[in-house]
Amino acid sequence: MNNRVLSLVLSRLLIAVITLVIVSVAVFFATTLLPGDTASILLGQAATPEAVEGLRKAMHLDEPAIFRFLRWIVGLLQGDLGTSYANEMPVADLIGGRFVNTLQLAGVTALFSVPIALTLGITSAMLRGSPYDRIVTVLTIGVISVPEFMIATSAVLVFAVYLKWLPALSFANEVTSMTDLLRVYAMPVITLTFVISAQMIRMTRAAVIETLNTPYVEMALLKGASRSRMVFRHALPNALGPIVNAVALSLSYLLGGVIIVETIFNYPGIAKLMVDAVSTRDLPLIQSCAMVFCLGYLLLITTADIIAILSNPRLR
Amino acid sequence: MKMTHSETKSARISGTPLGYRFNIVGMVGLSIILCWALVAIFAPLIIPYPVGEIVDLDYFGPMSGDFWLGSDYLGRDMLSRILMGARYTVGISLAAVTIACFSGVVLGMIAAVAGGWLDTLLSRFLDALNSIPSKLFGLVVVAAVGSSIPVLILTLSVIYIPGAYRFARALAVNINAMDFITVARIRGESTLYLIRSEILPNIIGPVLADLGIRFVFIVLLLSGLSFLGLGVQPPYADWGALVRENIGGLPFGAPAVMFPSLAIASLTISVNLLIDNLPQKIRDRSE
Repeated sequence: MNNRVLSLVLSRLLIAVITLVIVSVAVFFATTLLPGDTASILLGQAATPEAVEGLRKAMHLDEPAIFRFLRWIVGLLQGDLGTSYANEMPVADLIGGRFVNTLQLAGVTALFSVPIALTLGITSAMLRGSPYDRIVTVLTIGVISVPEFMIATSAVLVFAVYLKWLPALSFANEVTSMTDLLRVYAMPVITLTFVISAQMIRMTRAAVIETLNTPYVEMALLKGASRSRMVFRHALPNALGPIVNAVALSLSYLLGGVIIVETIFNYPGIAKLMVDAVSTRDLPLIQSCAMVFCLGYLLLITTADIIAILSNPRLR
Repeated sequence: MKMTHSETKSARISGTPLGYRFNIVGMVGLSIILCWALVAIFAPLIIPYPVGEIVDLDYFGPMSGDFWLGSDYLGRDMLSRILMGARYTVGISLAAVTIACFSGVVLGMIAAVAGGWLDTLLSRFLDALNSIPSKLFGLVVVAAVGSSIPVLILTLSVIYIPGAYRFARALAVNINAMDFITVARIRGESTLYLIRSEILPNIIGPVLADLGIRFVFIVLLLSGLSFLGLGVQPPYADWGALVRENIGGLPFGAPAVMFPSLAIASLTISVNLLIDNLPQKIRDRSE
């Protein structure tokens, strides 16, 4: 039966690669839809037609779109992300450090939100229908149905304006001590943790409840197993796959979250870089950032799917 | 998303969705939604001050008798701006969700009825579209073509077509396997007839509930884009743009920052409440 698992996993990977190709086509052609000629926009109004023509040649803008697309893809694969229009720096240099910052933010958030969400999700599924479960459910639906920036502004109002524990919207570039580090990360991490945990609690709760409804759990109940034994020995080991799947899926919500959070808190990450690039219409930078994000997103949802395949005992 | 035969039948017998009774929470949700809809339609008639006019001497003024929700960063009346903002938030989202669900549901039904390579091709392509994070898609399009209101509506609807498609296709595939479809096929009915008269009436309830949920997603995404300064552009302002304009008032806890967010929250939460409390027969969503 192992061959079946292998072929399922391989086909899932193949789908991911095909999706990535379609996504890169979409990203490239969406950004080349820009009305107006890039060369003449770059050179400004005073440029002579000869200069514009020269730049068009140098940038390969005179070639058909398909060749430019292939050139761009080959460049990406070789690690050449192009040059920023706005400040002439290689995109790879611009992205490098920022990317590490975003990964740190995401990592710290995951570190906090996964244990919190799993505890709340599993306990509320165990106590389904109790006031505790009701409160958790109402809170998660509340958090899910408001925009991320509202969570961020509420966090600022509570922790900075009323309690005065943390600075409001400033980002200190000089991190010298542990307290500074805490101050820099606290607010973005609190906001993101709320957003991610809400999704994760919902999915974990649903996964555990589905397992609790299966006949073998009812069997455990009927043969007289205690409630905790029923959950921990019989239900949870089988719910592990769906739970890990839920965790990976909810972590993909980090992508949407960081875009808002990095902007509102002025955090020097890759999402802030991309939003700035959009306002200056710096296309090579936007394309590269978009590809980084899509790659991360695909990585997470593919991992989630593969875990779901691997944890399905019927395929073993 | 299972829909058994008996359920389908009973939903048909009990008549239109309007004949159902809502519980109290659903009613509250529905009335808040209706309130915002009325506000969006009659906004120019009920705003106390012109939206563009600086009426308060103070900026980020507190709530007062003259200015119920305080004033914004220029001293404009916040209540008027929020009431007018409802037009953009509700209007754009409604237009986008209508286009998205209409195209998604029609494509989904065609794919389910036609099957074969068309189904595979559509599903693959739309799944790929679905795996671009929605905010990112919005950012890229806005970077490429700017953010006028028609572009925003189209972008938002393109982002949510794959979801509507997948939902409608899953429902339609179940219906498509039933006997009365086979009978209709044997009668020699066209695909158009099958879609319009046999499948659509049987999936319309869940599809409408799905439309509500997608409306919430679109409101949130539109507000997010506007908050980033990439959505509705000045001089117009939807609720997300209002938060962005007044974010400078956050350190003083100005009402101008919180009330537009509260307006968004009231709309999205009431749609969720309404959907969650729809009678089971309309909803028919498996948890």
